[in-house]
Amino acid sequence: MKVSLNWLKDYVEIRISVKELIHLLTMAGLEVEEATSVGEGFEKVVVAEILSIRRHPNADRLSLVEAKTHQGTFPIVCGATNIQEGQKVPLALAGARLPNGMEIKRSKIRGVISEGMLCSEIELGLGQDASGILILPSHVPTGIDLGEALGLKDTLLDISITPNRPDCLCVIGIAREIAALTHQRVKYPVPVLSDRGEHIHQKTSVTVLDQDLCPRYVARMIEEVKIGPSPRWMRDRLEKVGIRSISNVVDVTNYVMMEYGQPLHAFDFELLEEGRIVVRRARLGEEFVTLDGVKRRLDEEMLMICDGVKPIAIAGVMGGLNSEIKENTQSVLLESAYFNPAGNRSTSKKLGLETEAAYRFGRGIDYGGCLSAANRATQLIQELAGGRVVEGIVDIYPVPIKPNPIYLSVKKIHQVLGKEVSAKQVKGYLKDLELEVQEQDDDALMVIPPTFRGDLEREIDLIEEVARLDGYENIPITIPQGPPSSEGRSKEFVMERKVVDTLIYHGYHEVITYSFTSPTSSDILGFPPNDPRRQYLRILNPLTEDFSVMRTTLLPGLMETVRYNVSRKNSNLKLFELKKVFLPQGGEKLPEEVKFLAGVAMGFDRDPHWGFSQRPVDFYDIKGCVEDLFDALQIKEAKFNKAEDNPYLHPGKASRVILNQEVVGILGEVHPRVLGHYEVQERVYLFEMDFSKMVKWAGGERRFQSLPKFPAVYRDLSVVVDQALEAERVMETIRNFPQPFIEGVTLFDIYQGPPIPEGKKGVSYRIRYQAKDRTLTDEEVNQYHEKILSRLKEVFQLDLRQ
Amino acid sequence: MLNELEKVQSEAAVSISQAFTEKELSDTRVRILGKKGSLTQLLKRLGTLPETDRREIGKRANQVKEDLEKKIAVALLQIQERERTEALEREKIDVTLPGRRIPVGNRHPLTQILDEIIDIFSRLGFEVVEGPEVELDYYNFEALNIPKGHPAREMQATFFFSEDVVLRTHTSPVQVRTMEKKRPPVRVICPGAVYRCDSDPTHSPMFHQVEGLLVDKGITFADLKGVLTIFVHQMFGKETRLRFRPSFFPFTEPSAEIDIECFICGGKGCGVCSNTGWLEILGSGMVDPAVYQFVNYNPEEVTGFAFGMGIERIAMLKFGINDIRPFFTNDLRFLKQF
Repeated sequence: MKVSLNWLKDYVEIRISVKELIHLLTMAGLEVEEATSVGEGFEKVVVAEILSIRRHPNADRLSLVEAKTHQGTFPIVCGATNIQEGQKVPLALAGARLPNGMEIKRSKIRGVISEGMLCSEIELGLGQDASGILILPSHVPTGIDLGEALGLKDTLLDISITPNRPDCLCVIGIAREIAALTHQRVKYPVPVLSDRGEHIHQKTSVTVLDQDLCPRYVARMIEEVKIGPSPRWMRDRLEKVGIRSISNVVDVTNYVMMEYGQPLHAFDFELLEEGRIVVRRARLGEEFVTLDGVKRRLDEEMLMICDGVKPIAIAGVMGGLNSEIKENTQSVLLESAYFNPAGNRSTSKKLGLETEAAYRFGRGIDYGGCLSAANRATQLIQELAGGRVVEGIVDIYPVPIKPNPIYLSVKKIHQVLGKEVSAKQVKGYLKDLELEVQEQDDDALMVIPPTFRGDLEREIDLIEEVARLDGYENIPITIPQGPPSSEGRSKEFVMERKVVDTLIYHGYHEVITYSFTSPTSSDILGFPPNDPRRQYLRILNPLTEDFSVMRTTLLPGLMETVRYNVSRKNSNLKLFELKKVFLPQGGEKLPEEVKFLAGVAMGFDRDPHWGFSQRPVDFYDIKGCVEDLFDALQIKEAKFNKAEDNPYLHPGKASRVILNQEVVGILGEVHPRVLGHYEVQERVYLFEMDFSKMVKWAGGERRFQSLPKFPAVYRDLSVVVDQALEAERVMETIRNFPQPFIEGVTLFDIYQGPPIPEGKKGVSYRIRYQAKDRTLTDEEVNQYHEKILSRLKEVFQLDLRQ
Repeated sequence: MLNELEKVQSEAAVSISQAFTEKELSDTRVRILGKKGSLTQLLKRLGTLPETDRREIGKRANQVKEDLEKKIAVALLQIQERERTEALEREKIDVTLPGRRIPVGNRHPLTQILDEIIDIFSRLGFEVVEGPEVELDYYNFEALNIPKGHPAREMQATFFFSEDVVLRTHTSPVQVRTMEKKRPPVRVICPGAVYRCDSDPTHSPMFHQVEGLLVDKGITFADLKGVLTIFVHQMFGKETRLRFRPSFFPFTEPSAEIDIECFICGGKGCGVCSNTGWLEILGSGMVDPAVYQFVNYNPEEVTGFAFGMGIERIAMLKFGINDIRPFFTNDLRFLKQF
């Protein structure tokens, strides 16, 4: 909320600097987000007295003015016609820079020297009046700075008001806080009214049909008012806090709202049919045109202010065109009511109408303050618009609301804050906040909050007030006693870090993409119609259709990231994401949230370098990475089976990843059709795995195995097999060969081309033979090796390569 | 004979000194000390000398032999030294060429910050727990003392799946879930993604928070100040000035916002801190007794505090990033900077 320092000073003395005030308020929970000085920039604009006015010798429409300031007399050329000798006017001297950007210079106008310029309201940025020079009151001292003369110098504080403090949405509310923090009493305005004549009850009546939504309705009437513009001081104050001046009566309602926090509404009484007010819920489908000219459709939960026949305002939200104050209005009915906050919020939200009034009613206003605000506004209307105040006041308040007493234990304050505050101090703080405090015994206080502090209901609320006024900075700093959590880090957490480390060593950069995606990504990836990944959780109010469903796979986000990077020429990519996917579960309100791990790789394995040859990444890079992930997690049984039917992968370069007969993921080269959708020309490789399943199978502790005492013997085996034969099948046959000394087998070479016949490939394996209790002899090893070879010949009909 | 000896010695010394390679030296050695070498020949003739001369000349001859052997040894060392030096000289390379580096990746800047935060709180005895991102209205609002129609709900623009299922707007629901499962003492932090329907340079519809909760017997606001002061000092440096400022959250009371002195301007006021000299980095407060009622804790027996912070905000401050969106577009040139 914006508040003017000058305005605040009407109610409370401020003897500290602006900087200190900002600190004081901020450290009491009223965070000052910004402080702006206004009314500056008038340094070279001073009050001048017009000594004489003569015709310009060379121009009929210009006059020569002799203007006197404290520095002397200046000749000024002026085009305005509203000036007279003896008047006080603003004079911008050479060097002044006006708010509209105009720079004033000494100049020659039609052959006559002009030392400056007399200014109009619009030139000074003070209003819209461009018709003539701004004439200042005659009592203003000549020569003083214009900003000072008009009381324009001010500081505007922009204060962030937390939702629990609607009482601070007004100048008096903030003045009350300053008063409490500086141990003063607020100087409340005391409206003096001379009401007379016929009593209000003889002129009008108010009937509240829905008391639940309108617990209190106060009305006053003023007759024979003259609608016109507000005086400058009123316009200034309103405009500074961002409220446009409309007319004296309407301005008063806004002014008192800013002053007291009580939104008011002024009706043109003569437009009220049957001359009375009825407060009732709207009828379903009822329509109403609000002040802004928009036709609103109402429902039965919205509270309306009506006359004897029709609605005239949406209660606490916005008035209607049919009863607004116009230039010819003579009788004003002023409403100062308390509407139910929840009801008001719901109406304002449903209509999408967030007005200053609705904002305040919605957060809860001071139901005890309706009368004083009405009286204050009545007084100001009379001052500004003349008229006669009708005697008496309507106050429909069948069930007065009383704040409940709260018991506060002084000991409890210590228990919560960790700081001792004496009962005397506590009483002092609470009384400064205008709370009623009675001592029950040594420890307990009975506290009654004022009606404007609806947020104070419980002991803890009062403890917070004590902490706030005593100052958070005065609470000591201690370390909590008690044990640390004994849970340690979860297996998942530990495994996550291992996996991430491995990926980083493989050159992968972590990305984070949105958890929501477009439902069309299923079509792009080509999921079959019955694929469970098409079962999305749909957001009812998405930002855009592209972010409208919760992802069931990480791949669309990664592919979008690839598209983004490729379009920016980052074409050597290795990226991974480790985040949740959301799988709806039939019958359950919440989906299953499962952590997935996915990665993509494309382009070259490294940047060009004099000491390396660049190599395009391929299937085996990404597979090797996945194998290393399993290694890091101590998983030994991973199997890779071809997956020709995968819709988004190259049918010849796709593999399922299987752990203990369970498919945990997929890896391969992205299908060119999918790449086309993402506007990528280069080959892209990806993997995606269910991380929770990897964690499930991840191994536990590592156990030491004693080192072999006898040396191993290596034998190579080169065979020629059908090109289509999977290498793993030969490896498996060797590994499973029934003899005890094969300790390992690696595939170290593959060769195609002459002399190997077409359709065949040469594959070389190295077998490690080792016994635990002796060194194997060459003869023994040769014997085993021969047996393996014949077994392979038998199974695969292969040839030995020479 | 003596003269001959002197002559052999001086000639030998010359040829040793002239040997340039190990081969030449070894040839020289053969010519002098080999079976048919000049000195060997001379020594063979010692036997023919008279007894009296033999003794004296023999002694002298041995001296000459030792002397030459020593000279050869020294010459060998010199030759080897020179040859090694020459060989090394030939192997000279350009040390300014760039080395062979392994292209490693890195963690996302947000995860880096998150890891730092987790590590600090782990040392303070907090356990890491996670909760669902698609959450019941009950946990996201209701049980955090934010009933339907509460103004605080409007401050958190919410994505809905149905009337009572939402994308969590903060990590605070994990507090409630944790307390439902566990009796005090509780010391947890809960990191994770949260969602609000906002999108502009400083708001992302998805962002990340870390929530913390400590509930036990006798926990005070002073303890809150202690733990969070340690956190700030470890996260931002031990000289960092901080302040606890009253604020409002529906599920804590008293509530405090924690500001650190702006490290861009040193507290003088600048664009980053909106000229206030302070940067808001944490929300916190004593757990509101109303929340304990939802989880059957007795507020007369236990007290505690909760806190929460935005990872993006801290990352943006620490790394000097002024737009939140690059965190989620993942430009490689962006990612590589951290």
